[in-house]
Amino acid sequence: MNTDDLVTLLAHGAEPVDSRATARRFLVAIAGGSVVAVMLSAGLLGFRSTPLDDSSIPMFWTREVFCAVLGVVGVVAVRQLGRPGLRLGWLPLGYAAPLVVMWLLAAVALLGADPHDRASLIFGQTASVCPLLIALLSAPLFAALVWLMKGLAPTRLRLAGAACGSAAGAIGALAYTLHCPELAAPFLGIWYVLGMLIPTAVGALIGPRLLRW
Amino acid sequence: MGEEHLRGLLARGLAGDASAYHAFLKELSAHLRAFFRKRLGRLPDEVEDLVQESLLAVHIQRHTYDPGQRLTPWVYALARYKLIDLLRRRARTDLLHDPLDENNEDFGASDSEAAEARRDIAKLLETLPDRQRLPILHVKLEGLSVVEAAHRTGMSEAAVKVGVHRGLKALAAKLRSAS
Repeated sequence: MNTDDLVTLLAHGAEPVDSRATARRFLVAIAGGSVVAVMLSAGLLGFRSTPLDDSSIPMFWTREVFCAVLGVVGVVAVRQLGRPGLRLGWLPLGYAAPLVVMWLLAAVALLGADPHDRASLIFGQTASVCPLLIALLSAPLFAALVWLMKGLAPTRLRLAGAACGSAAGAIGALAYTLHCPELAAPFLGIWYVLGMLIPTAVGALIGPRLLRW
Repeated sequence: MGEEHLRGLLARGLAGDASAYHAFLKELSAHLRAFFRKRLGRLPDEVEDLVQESLLAVHIQRHTYDPGQRLTPWVYALARYKLIDLLRRRARTDLLHDPLDENNEDFGASDSEAAEARRDIAKLLETLPDRQRLPILHVKLEGLSVVEAAHRTGMSEAAVKVGVHRGLKALAAKLRSAS
């Protein structure tokens, strides 16, 4: 077929494009995946209200904001990487800033602590299960975001896969805070980050294969 | 004949103006041809195949273009992706004529000599199942309306629309794997 004929074919009866359809898919994927993550966290693991007093409230909110900021950055990354020709802009900084802040808080906490207490600041009570549970909670959202990405046109597939994983990991971690009793910055800076990195790494691995178009 | 002109045509096309969309695709194909010809100097046979593959991709992925976005980076990011995808399948990146640097494109170069591709989309169309082939045949080739095509095939209007959409995606996949 001649290229001019193809152009005619494609233009024939071309319907208006609903620009809100993509936004709707975004909303469905993120809302759906997040709700499932919260339900898994509540149903499978069980809510656990962290005992809060005046000294632990700031760290409680630091933990929530830490996960939420990384979740928002991840969702923006998914949006940018799903459309050809968009720049990443401030996104690398968006990933780096919350991590650096958390690691600084961790360093301060460790340096200020009695040497005997340092191990418990790092390992808490639940270090061995934390990353895996975060990865588990993020799995449905990860699948939803990959489905979303497959409906878009990523040109950097490894990054696009990693972005899906990081967004799912951070929102999964946010859901996990409903259950998790840990509030120490060293714990969060290691095990939460590791939990978010699991889906991120999986996304980077499968992106080039799964997201081709 | 630059960014603003093409962007205006595409905006009207996305709003449902088929003749503006036709003009957009026609002018775009000339820019794409120049882009691929410059980079595939040693593979001239591939140029028209890639032009057609990219046009199909532009059409299928046009919902990922944000009207607030500049058109040039969108088009060339897509074209570059299709070019790299082809070269990767061939595992012959040494055939590149010109380095694939970023952001050096505007809609300056153009080549309107439309040609036959080696992989014939008309033949690939025949390999599609009827529920996709017939909607494309009636709506896209014969220019019938969706209502008429639904009447002709006995399919519902929704099924005709879905058939066109899925059929074009399937064609793009076949085009890709045929190379």
